Amino acid sequence: MKNKTVKVNYLARVEGEGGIHIKVKKGVVTDVKFNIFEPPRLFEGFLRGRLYSEAPDITARICGICPVAYQMSSVHAMEGAFGVKVDGQLRELRRLLYCGEWIESHALHIYLLHAPDFLGYEDAIQLGKDHPDVVTKALRLKKTGNDIMTLLGGREIHPINVRVGGFYKLPEKRDLDTLLEPLEWALQASIDTVRLTAGLPFPDYECDYEYVALRHPAEYPLNEGRLVSNKGLDIAISEYESRFTEEHIKHANALHSGINGRGGYLVGPLARYNLNFDRLTPLAQDLAREAKLGEQCNNPYKSIIVRAVETVYACEEAIRIIRGYKKPDSPVIEFIPRSGIGYGCTEAPRGILYHRYRLDECGEILNAKIVPPTAQNQKAIEKDLHDVVTKFVSKPEKELTWLCEQTVRNYDPCISCATHFVRLQIE
Amino acid sequence: MAQKRKPKLAVWKFASCDGCQLSLLDCEDELLAVTEAVQIAYFPEATRAVVRGPYDLSLVEGSITTPHDAERIHQVRRSSKFLVTIGACATAGGIQALRNFKNVHEFVANVYATPSYIETLAKSTAIADHIFVDFQLRGCPISKHQLLEVISAYLNGRKPNIPTYSVCMECKQKGLVCGLVTHGPPCLGPVTQAGCGALCPSYHRGCFGCFGPKETPNTSSLSEWWLKNGMKRDDLVRLYRSFNAYADPFRKESEANEK
Repeated sequence: MKNKTVKVNYLARVEGEGGIHIKVKKGVVTDVKFNIFEPPRLFEGFLRGRLYSEAPDITARICGICPVAYQMSSVHAMEGAFGVKVDGQLRELRRLLYCGEWIESHALHIYLLHAPDFLGYEDAIQLGKDHPDVVTKALRLKKTGNDIMTLLGGREIHPINVRVGGFYKLPEKRDLDTLLEPLEWALQASIDTVRLTAGLPFPDYECDYEYVALRHPAEYPLNEGRLVSNKGLDIAISEYESRFTEEHIKHANALHSGINGRGGYLVGPLARYNLNFDRLTPLAQDLAREAKLGEQCNNPYKSIIVRAVETVYACEEAIRIIRGYKKPDSPVIEFIPRSGIGYGCTEAPRGILYHRYRLDECGEILNAKIVPPTAQNQKAIEKDLHDVVTKFVSKPEKELTWLCEQTVRNYDPCISCATHFVRLQIE
Repeated sequence: MAQKRKPKLAVWKFASCDGCQLSLLDCEDELLAVTEAVQIAYFPEATRAVVRGPYDLSLVEGSITTPHDAERIHQVRRSSKFLVTIGACATAGGIQALRNFKNVHEFVANVYATPSYIETLAKSTAIADHIFVDFQLRGCPISKHQLLEVISAYLNGRKPNIPTYSVCMECKQKGLVCGLVTHGPPCLGPVTQAGCGALCPSYHRGCFGCFGPKETPNTSSLSEWWLKNGMKRDDLVRLYRSFNAYADPFRKESEANEK
């Protein structure tokens, strides 16, 4: 057997800067590294001394792809600390905003970042030369998600309308109604997306992951729920830090997360789907069955179909919320800041995003902890890379390298997020 | 007849959130037209294909925070004919420039489990602090309409039409009631460059300075106004210290109020 090296210095079609380095000696994988060289940005450091009210806007800047996730996890954490409950239509509007981010982010990843791998294109622009209708449709679907964020949040990247206790300004019913027609179109487009992705060629690979996601008594999880896994985990989000730990590894400017006593786990669409299939709408369930996903899917490449199913769900949910919308009297629930600890955990498009803040009596942040989804997936990514290379080691080096890239893209990794929290070291 | 070569576009990333380069992909209605007009030659967020430089138009996102990046930016400059910085990180150091105000020893006390694994500079700085920049596009994030204007201006060999006046102008154009005179929430509009379309005032909140200082801002006058109207100095410092904290006028004003 030969020696091989899979080396990708700068991984494309992901958010942020990372690379892959795998060594094979005599047919055996001897080293796997998913390198993260995105520069540390030290958010947890400079959140200290800022006001609770600034956290949604500051933490949004961790990620331009999923700013709503950061805004949601931070406002829920603050509200938990102050004993505020945001309910009714305000809660529904937050869910709507999150649906916008899911649609936008999933459409971006499915068509522009991931699908080209399955079809052997370098990127979506080349894909668009052969299939212009597919790319045009993809962009329109993505735009529908962005339109929700723009109308409700003010803009698609780093929205400005989210605040602790609710919103700054509420939309009028007639304005939200203008989204219905595009959303009906988007629903159909996402149904087509499920069918399209179901027909892609998938590498024959499965893994016995521990899936971790939120679970809510009545809903497919976005903003709230308990943290559960398929291997017996069932905890309140406030118990997160007692069950999960992070370690610092040399080749990554991001911490690796693990469940105490068990190690790596997987968060994101595949985990949500496997733990919450029964919470999907009947249409989304039927489409998943039609796509032969089964109620349990262990092939990470098929996460592209799961994203499409979740896009169907997000479109349906957005339509439901808009149809039932009645403008509340006030955009915000009144509260008085107090000292304490607040926890927030919501489902970013890429998986659970955990925030914890300790606040003083004026609502000033004393310390903060943020654990983004990609940091949690690093161990699973490296395990996949190891097993995939072992399984397909006879492939030519070029082909194997591309397969490794595709494997990492299964996770829709957001490396900009993952590295936000490494603290400063002075030269 | 030989076809005219399409200009090569490159998109580079330094310390940032990826949001500004995402703005290009967020031009859903115009993206295909852009790819007709330019060749996407280097844009890792969108493609694994790499066309060799030199590049006709380079968009640079992010700030310089590591010794390696301080070297890399010079390579980017050498391979670029026209270089535009996009977003608050690239034009002012971004939110990560908040570290620049801290006593470095405060951070040392918080050193990481294995600090030797990490290389970081003590300051986060704008791209123009390191190399010559042909044009700077502000915003956290940038406006995608302004981005299209910059690309279009480049393709047509003209100066981009990016106003340097304040958010107040956009507020007036929208017919919004001024929060300063009606004692609305604290607002940086009078000293902040336009570009967002007076977004926050139209959502009933004060401007928090995403687009950085306008041309010739009178920050001390604005601070005086807010202090006179009951704002605490600490809150004023926080207001100036966000995404454009290290842009000169905002930095000086926050430091003046810190004493």
